Amino acid sequence: MSDLNHTRRGIFGEFTKGFWKENPILVMLLGMCPTLAVTTSALNGLTMGLAVVFVLTCSSLIVSIVRNIIPKQVRIPTFIVIIATFVTMVDLFLKAFLLDLSKALGPFIPLIVVNCIILGRAEAFASKNGVGLSFLDAVGVSLGFTVTLIILGGIREVLGMGTFFGMPVMGVRFERWVIMLLPPGAFITLGFLLGAKNLIDGRMEEKRK
Amino acid sequence: MKTRLKMILILTLFACISGGVLSLVYIVSNPLIEANMLAEQDRSIFLVVPEAKSYEEVTKSGFTYYECKDQAGGTIGVAMPANGNGYQGSIRLMVGLTPDLDTITGLAVLEQVETPGLGGRISEKAFSDQFTGLRTDPAVGWVKNQAPESDTDIQAVTGATISSRSVVAIINKSIQQLKEVL
Repeated sequence: MSDLNHTRRGIFGEFTKGFWKENPILVMLLGMCPTLAVTTSALNGLTMGLAVVFVLTCSSLIVSIVRNIIPKQVRIPTFIVIIATFVTMVDLFLKAFLLDLSKALGPFIPLIVVNCIILGRAEAFASKNGVGLSFLDAVGVSLGFTVTLIILGGIREVLGMGTFFGMPVMGVRFERWVIMLLPPGAFITLGFLLGAKNLIDGRMEEKRK
Repeated sequence: MKTRLKMILILTLFACISGGVLSLVYIVSNPLIEANMLAEQDRSIFLVVPEAKSYEEVTKSGFTYYECKDQAGGTIGVAMPANGNGYQGSIRLMVGLTPDLDTITGLAVLEQVETPGLGGRISEKAFSDQFTGLRTDPAVGWVKNQAPESDTDIQAVTGATISSRSVVAIINKSIQQLKEVL
């Protein structure tokens, strides 16, 4: 794996960048459709995230393995075929084993096919790097996506339903903020998260100076 | 010419592999998915007609319902699947009725895509339990923000009148259809 020597960030950096520096939601603002739509609860966020972890990791691996035999003119359709294959697998798996979750996520599992994060990683990373690095990149970015979805879903669930992963946390007298479960709640929460991230980045930048 | 041929070959190759792999996955998962569907149907029928021990599918002039039987084989109720539009998408219900269709014995919301936390609460037990024992003559109705006074009314979910109203409308429509075919 000679490509490990050429990386700018080192192996560890390729893995960790997805959590903060190149977080797919908070920095690249990719995959907004599932991000906003399914994060009504922490569990939905977690499931969506894990589905993306599987699809992104598998498709990045395959794309990286076959990157040298794909003519560049047809690379995008080929990537989509590879991604769609894994997405269909996840969809069938959820329907066969986790029917309730499959229902809760509705059309957003099949829609992972057109999730920009996955095509983006295939195009920007896996098609240019070796198998090992592509694997680390995919796992890192998709776990970063998952963690952010859980945070987003967690905040909305706690404020909107008074529960976290289905467990009551706010006490019986808590008045539920229903708006947090509606689309505006998704935008508001995401906005605050983006702001918080930029604030922390700014503070860290100042400290360095 | 050579690149063009290569493009076609590679893309065809990938499509074929993908098709092959997915067929295998489908062969393995499809029986499980169908078993899930059937289990869900069983569960919902026995939920809405609690006394039933077995059921029989009946299709009359295009309308499918389930005749529920007790141990001796006598008909003790009817379970009918009912579909219709909610606030955001279709709602699928299973409605349990007495054989004369006058009283609802239970309601199960099988599928809905209403707003989570608002209309989505029609899936909660607190809402569906209201239908148990509800009279359907002349029609099921609903009231808002107060306990229902009539034995044909339910209380709509707060902030989700449209979803609640849709459930009631779907039930009424399906009972009408069932009355016509019976």
